[in-house]
Amino acid sequence: MQTKSRTTVFLALLVLIAGASGLAQEAKVGHLDGNQRRGKDLYQRYCIYCHGKYGDGQGENAFYLDPKPRDFTTAVFKCRSTPTGTLPLDSDLYDTISRGVHGSGMPSWKPLTRQERVDLIAYIKSFSPKFTEEKPGTAIVIPDEPRNSPESVTRGSELFQSMNCWQCHGKEGRGNGPSAASLTDSKGHPIAPFDLTSGTKLKCGESDKGIFRDLTTGLDGTPMPSFSDALKPDQIWDLVHYIATLRRGKDSPKSELSESNGSH
Amino acid sequence: MKTNKIAQLALLAIAWFLLICPLTPSVEAESAEAGSSVAGTVKFQGTPPKGTRMEMSADPNCTKAHPGPVITQDIEVSAAGGLEDVVVYVSDGFGDKAFPPPSQPMVLEQKGCSYRPHVVALQANQKLEVVNADTTTHNIHPMPVNNREWNKIQPPGMPVEESFAREEIAIPVKCNVHPWMKGYVAVFKHPYFAVTDKNGNFTLKDLPPGNYTIKAWHEKLGTQSQMVTVAAGQSGKIDFIFRQ
Repeated sequence: MQTKSRTTVFLALLVLIAGASGLAQEAKVGHLDGNQRRGKDLYQRYCIYCHGKYGDGQGENAFYLDPKPRDFTTAVFKCRSTPTGTLPLDSDLYDTISRGVHGSGMPSWKPLTRQERVDLIAYIKSFSPKFTEEKPGTAIVIPDEPRNSPESVTRGSELFQSMNCWQCHGKEGRGNGPSAASLTDSKGHPIAPFDLTSGTKLKCGESDKGIFRDLTTGLDGTPMPSFSDALKPDQIWDLVHYIATLRRGKDSPKSELSESNGSH
Repeated sequence: MKTNKIAQLALLAIAWFLLICPLTPSVEAESAEAGSSVAGTVKFQGTPPKGTRMEMSADPNCTKAHPGPVITQDIEVSAAGGLEDVVVYVSDGFGDKAFPPPSQPMVLEQKGCSYRPHVVALQANQKLEVVNADTTTHNIHPMPVNNREWNKIQPPGMPVEESFAREEIAIPVKCNVHPWMKGYVAVFKHPYFAVTDKNGNFTLKDLPPGNYTIKAWHEKLGTQSQMVTVAAGQSGKIDFIFRQ
């Protein structure tokens, strides 16, 4: 009985503390704790012009940008380590702020200190009540990459066909599939499927593991779905290996390309 | 020590008001009073727009599933003027009463590269079973505002089971692979809703006696509402008319 009432008292205190602090948004990356108030100052200096005063992606520059700045009030994020339909980890937001989003107006914010970037995350999370109502998803597990082989590439190429990747990304991965022109993001803005042959950097990072992660989690808010329920990790690696051949095709010197078997 | 006890009690009381009170919805024992039903028809007045053809040729698996051309499902009107795929629901009248979700899932089928049914209504936290009965791969992509957005690739035969936690009327659902595919999922916190059949008919079953606002939502034609008083054991009738 005694312990029970103790627990209740403890819970009551917790509730009081949470109430008193106005359910302050917290952010934690590594050993750094984000400070929402400092984050707000930074936001108003660096982010507000695109993401807007209310975090809804409607800053004064937004009109000129394609793709549009993220609307933080929806709490939907492309680059995550967490499954589709779940909130990102603080470290995912940190990675995006640090890396920037290639092919968009979002630059790398590495010029800010680590602490400043974590402070920004604490403030950005305050734009959506979802961050107080829900927990972030559990990060997906990326198993070790099996050895790349022609067989794996072939299997990947078959999956590229059967999973209908080509409907958007095109038969040769050039981003010109039959559905490409119809695509919009979840706010109705037109969005182009990635040209896998372009050799430009991917939105959420370049590594093979990064591509594995994108295929597994999907890019929420865009037409790019999650493949985690449909494919086994080995099959996702097969796709990664195949996609690499499309990308390398563009990177390699022309002569080398024409001398190869031409199957790229 | 004594003050400690008093402090503990005070905190307990505060905890009760802060924590337990607001989270306990008033779940009243449902008196098995003869449930009254409200039924009616939703009609469309005017000339129904000609549907446009769904161009499916990008995926031969989809064209193969149909002997002839397929027309969009935006506004479906029967010969007698009944309007299909209207969500009719109680929008007000239950306060904060909580209703547990039914254990039966709602099924949304992808067949012939279109959604069957075109409009699905279910309760919050009720399972939505998405079936791919086609020979091609779809992605199932609901785009909610109040609920979490998710987007999954779904090869033939793979089951997808999901649910939505919050009321939302209605969530657009898309297949980005096949851009002509569009549907809606309406989510309610109570069980008093229906989707009109191909003749525009609906029935809201087992409504406890009371005053209700009944709304009718159509994806293209908007929302209408009517007040209705339901008396014990008497069935009511209301009709809606949409014009364009």
